Amino acid sequence: MLRIALLACAVTVSPVFAQDDLLGLLGEEEAGPVYTNASFKTTRVINGHSLENTAHGVLDFKISHRFGLLNQGIKNFYGLDEAEMRIGLDYGLTDRLMVGLGRSGYQKTVDGFAKYKILKQCDSGCEMPITLAVLATSSITTLQQQDLPWYTPDITDYFTHRISHTFQVVVGRKFSERFTVQLNPGVVHRNLVTRADEPNDVIHISGAGRIKLTKRVAINAEYFYVLPGQLDPLYKNSLSMGFDIETGGHVFQLHFTNSTGMFERAFITETQGTWRDGAIRYGFNISRVFTLHNPKKKPE
Amino acid sequence: MNTEKQGTMNSLKNICIALSMAPMALMAQERFATRNGHITFFSHTSMEDIEAHNRKVTTVWDATTGAVEFAVLIKAFEFEKALMQEHFNENYMDSNTFPKATFKGKISGVSAADLKKAGTYPVDVTGELTIHGVAKPVTTKGTITVDASGAVKASSEFDVKPEDHGIEIPGVVRKNIAERMKVTVALDYAKM
Repeated sequence: MLRIALLACAVTVSPVFAQDDLLGLLGEEEAGPVYTNASFKTTRVINGHSLENTAHGVLDFKISHRFGLLNQGIKNFYGLDEAEMRIGLDYGLTDRLMVGLGRSGYQKTVDGFAKYKILKQCDSGCEMPITLAVLATSSITTLQQQDLPWYTPDITDYFTHRISHTFQVVVGRKFSERFTVQLNPGVVHRNLVTRADEPNDVIHISGAGRIKLTKRVAINAEYFYVLPGQLDPLYKNSLSMGFDIETGGHVFQLHFTNSTGMFERAFITETQGTWRDGAIRYGFNISRVFTLHNPKKKPE
Repeated sequence: MNTEKQGTMNSLKNICIALSMAPMALMAQERFATRNGHITFFSHTSMEDIEAHNRKVTTVWDATTGAVEFAVLIKAFEFEKALMQEHFNENYMDSNTFPKATFKGKISGVSAADLKKAGTYPVDVTGELTIHGVAKPVTTKGTITVDASGAVKASSEFDVKPEDHGIEIPGVVRKNIAERMKVTVALDYAKM
């Protein structure tokens, strides 16, 4: 009893002597949750989607090129004489939901996607160890009927045949300022396949990561593993490695990859050649962001 | 419980109360605080103007001794452009390593007694400003305003040079970021 009284006495008296730490008088901070940001420099690792979204109100203009094979030597300027292209526009409808549209030269394809962040990794004020997003993409080839890869004169050209969809979960963690790892398990659904024994749904998983070398330069790598027995042996898994270089409003992604297509169906199910066979191409993505709308702006 | 022990307890309690009251009676602590202070910084160059607002500044001021302290959460600075905010934290302020800027110093030129009546009091502020883990002495002027209702407001303006605090600005953006940032402080203090 006596001890309790003494303790109570000590507690009531002590604040008076805590003059040195004025801020301590306010007690614990009730700061709101702070979410992890910048797991990757941009919304794509290389070909595949990263953990990042464009922020609310931000438009991201992306131009991507994949060149010819490096091993073609000087006569084809190490592949740089030819290029596949994709032009895309991504927009953040909210901080969690982004949508995008793109056009590729590859099979004259239009692609669109929506990506929604369900879980956001937390730095402080909350407890969430990972970021998790869901991604849905669709692509439509606009080739003339006789140019379609599956063209035969006797088959009717249904519009639905030209469509494919991809569903993925993007899940990962920024382990430190420098190091991020993510997995994208998912399925590509092709409305039409060229051979009867090929499945329409292609199950795959990708592993990707980045290591930040300096504040503005990071090294990224990404591998898409298609579960065996689903694709014609002609088609290989996609492997890409490269650098992200950020300069204010631009991100330059310079990389080497064995894929030419720049939308999900193309690089997951239609990559030809492996690194071991020398089927390596140089490529780049350039991202330029524009703030169209500032949701945080407060009336002064 | 016997009466003798209870007696000891009571007298102890009295001493205890007396002890904790005495300093208040002697010094009449006049302390003011807020968790919603507003700090703005502004960078002007011919290329662009950059402005960021932090409305979650924590500060305590002891008007009796003049001692004042600030804690400013770096991630709470809001920019017009989301990417600018990300780069501010990631590339310039290293806000995961240095989450807060702090100021510890003294306000002189106004007494606790002055704050009892309405008026505008010019003050001098001196102390140590720590940004990006690097401390620098700061001396500036400020204003304390007491309005008719007795509300106490404080404001100040001073310049901060990023390079003084070890904040590197690479050549490519050198033209877009001012050498001196204008920092504006506006506080609505509440009595503690």
